[in-house]
Amino acid sequence: MSEKFVERMIKFYLPLFIFLFFLLFPFYWMFITAFKSDAELYNLKLNPFFIHEPTFKNILMLFKETLFNRWMFNTFFVAILATILSLSASLLAAYAIQRVRFRGSGPIGISIFFGYLVPPTILFIPLAAIIFQLKIWDSLWSLVLIYPTFLIPFCTWLLMGYFKSIPKEMEECAMIDGASRLRVFWQIVVPLALPGILSAGIFAFTLSWNEYLYALTFISTTTLKTAPVGLITELVRGDVYHWGPLMTGALLASVPVALVYSFFVEHYVAGMTGALKE
Amino acid sequence: MAKVVMEKLNKHFGEVKAVRDFDLEIPDKEFVVLVGPSGCGKTTTLRMVAGLEDITSGNIYIDDKVVNQLPPKDRDIAMVFQNYALYPHMTVYQNMAFGLTLRKFPKAEIKQRVKEAAEILNIGELLERKPKALSGGQRQRVAVGRAIVRKPKVFLFDEPLSNLDAKLRVQMRVELKKLHDRLQTTIIYVTHDQVEAMTMGDCIVVMKDGLKQQVGAPLELYFRPANKFVAGFIGSPAMNFMEGELLSEQGGLFLQTMGFKLKIPEDKAAKLKSYPEKRVIFGIRPEDLPEAPAAIPNETIEVVVEVLEPLGSEVYLDVKVGETSLIARAEPTTKAKPHFKLYLQPVLENMRFFSIRDEKALF
Ligand SMILES: Nc1ncnc2c1ncn2[C@@H]1O[C@H](COP(=O)(O)OP(=O)(O)OP(=O)(O)O)[C@@H](O)[C@H]1O
Ligand SMILES: [Mg+2]
Repeated sequence: MSEKFVERMIKFYLPLFIFLFFLLFPFYWMFITAFKSDAELYNLKLNPFFIHEPTFKNILMLFKETLFNRWMFNTFFVAILATILSLSASLLAAYAIQRVRFRGSGPIGISIFFGYLVPPTILFIPLAAIIFQLKIWDSLWSLVLIYPTFLIPFCTWLLMGYFKSIPKEMEECAMIDGASRLRVFWQIVVPLALPGILSAGIFAFTLSWNEYLYALTFISTTTLKTAPVGLITELVRGDVYHWGPLMTGALLASVPVALVYSFFVEHYVAGMTGALKE
Repeated sequence: MAKVVMEKLNKHFGEVKAVRDFDLEIPDKEFVVLVGPSGCGKTTTLRMVAGLEDITSGNIYIDDKVVNQLPPKDRDIAMVFQNYALYPHMTVYQNMAFGLTLRKFPKAEIKQRVKEAAEILNIGELLERKPKALSGGQRQRVAVGRAIVRKPKVFLFDEPLSNLDAKLRVQMRVELKKLHDRLQTTIIYVTHDQVEAMTMGDCIVVMKDGLKQQVGAPLELYFRPANKFVAGFIGSPAMNFMEGELLSEQGGLFLQTMGFKLKIPEDKAAKLKSYPEKRVIFGIRPEDLPEAPAAIPNETIEVVVEVLEPLGSEVYLDVKVGETSLIARAEPTTKAKPHFKLYLQPVLENMRFFSIRDEKALF
């Protein structure tokens, strides 16, 4: 009994705690930094792991002296629209590739995946040209349109795997029952793939929320920046790092993603394991 | 009310010829069973009738109308799948009502029909449950219920009982048969289990490697198999086969094989006379190999018992003649013991002869 307990401690809980520590420490660091004054931050004699004189100045500075509210709104706007756009496209694409089996569906599936493999650091140059031509440079719409370029391949592949796990007979039965292909899709496939769709949605939302490179290159007006870009470009002035507000902003910006995750976590886990229990 | 006709039906999956030149005419209200070993093309044939699989060549008629190009929903058929394919996110009621709702039946009629079907199948109390909360047998009933509410012209069943335990399978066999009597609808039923085929079908179609082997009533297939494959496939335990030589001697025609010699009855001998070859395959069913009290020349064979399989009402004897194994049926009172000698007296009137060349029945 106790031997088993010790074994469990060493093999399971110990690694888990080490892992958790590494994972959560940055958040702790952000949290304490958010409540420290500059004087405290730069005083090397104090123990850096604790707050000694809590202050709200950082929070005030973030909201008063920067456009943090505005950036958060922008990020939401872009992330939600890009997610909806990508999900709609991926749902149809994944279903068509997986089930309609039209001529060339296999190669198309693979080429979509290759599209995903091209790094944004290369892609942003040609994409910039396109954005110029469409006259949406320095507008949030550029991001809404660009994010699906990496979200759609990702979501499509995730959903293809999920659709594959839905028994074909179920759809065939519905078709014999009198349903058209579209109705089978809405009434049978989508409800059954809901956990997978949620996973794809959460992923898409998180990826767009955290996206940095495109947001940095395509947006230059301060009022149109997204939170990750806004924080860094406006709170790192020259070589002066405003650590306090920077960390406060980072902490607050990760809240929505954390909320989305915790809200959908059950579905999310079910979606990842691809488990379609009948 | 529907006659189903298949004409020179072919289905190729690339190199695989799943169904070859399949002809079949199914009269209205008939219960037809497609039976054959795994991979012989039964499911493929059924799916072509349902419209779920494109036809490589040939025609399918339902009620004298070619349906080759008709989508499944317009063929007025219902299909029960092996894994039931119930919609997991809908209740039993919604599952059964789905097809009717799509066809825009009035609410009251849908309710009426579902209730009726639920009563027939004894699933009235389950209507509000989700499929997850049902046992295998209950799911099976719901799947059948979903098919019958639509009152289609033809029912297609693809091994609907294979996921049930043995006892339930026997019970559902009877129920499906009763259901057919009651609904009087054409049924095409696929199974690989010959017992199921024999007990349920008005008419059985035996298939092998995509080819139709024989069509006929259960007992016709049993007593007059068209070839060695059908003879061995229908009936359990299977028919015994041996190769032998025909000897025309004084006193008639004899069959010489592995150390014993049997006199062939006059009527069969007359039919065999015109057969040009000397070597044949002959088959005899276990129940046509009764024990004999003592050796009779040209009528009994001497065997050594290997294993006894007592079933209660009968005992199967696994015996050996030389190197060949045979199965014989004996009365429960048999005195046979393993490793002892025994005489069997074949009922020669019931023996079947097959050509060695193409394994077809000789007459
Ligand atoms: N979609 C497909 N693609 C390629 N080959 C197929 C396909 N469906 C069936 N086949 C092949 O066609 C042949 C007949 O298959 P079918 O499913 O009709 O057999 P079956 O008689 O129903 O067997 P079982 O008793 O195992 O269900 C098999 O050799 C199978 O491998
Ligand atoms: Mg099959």
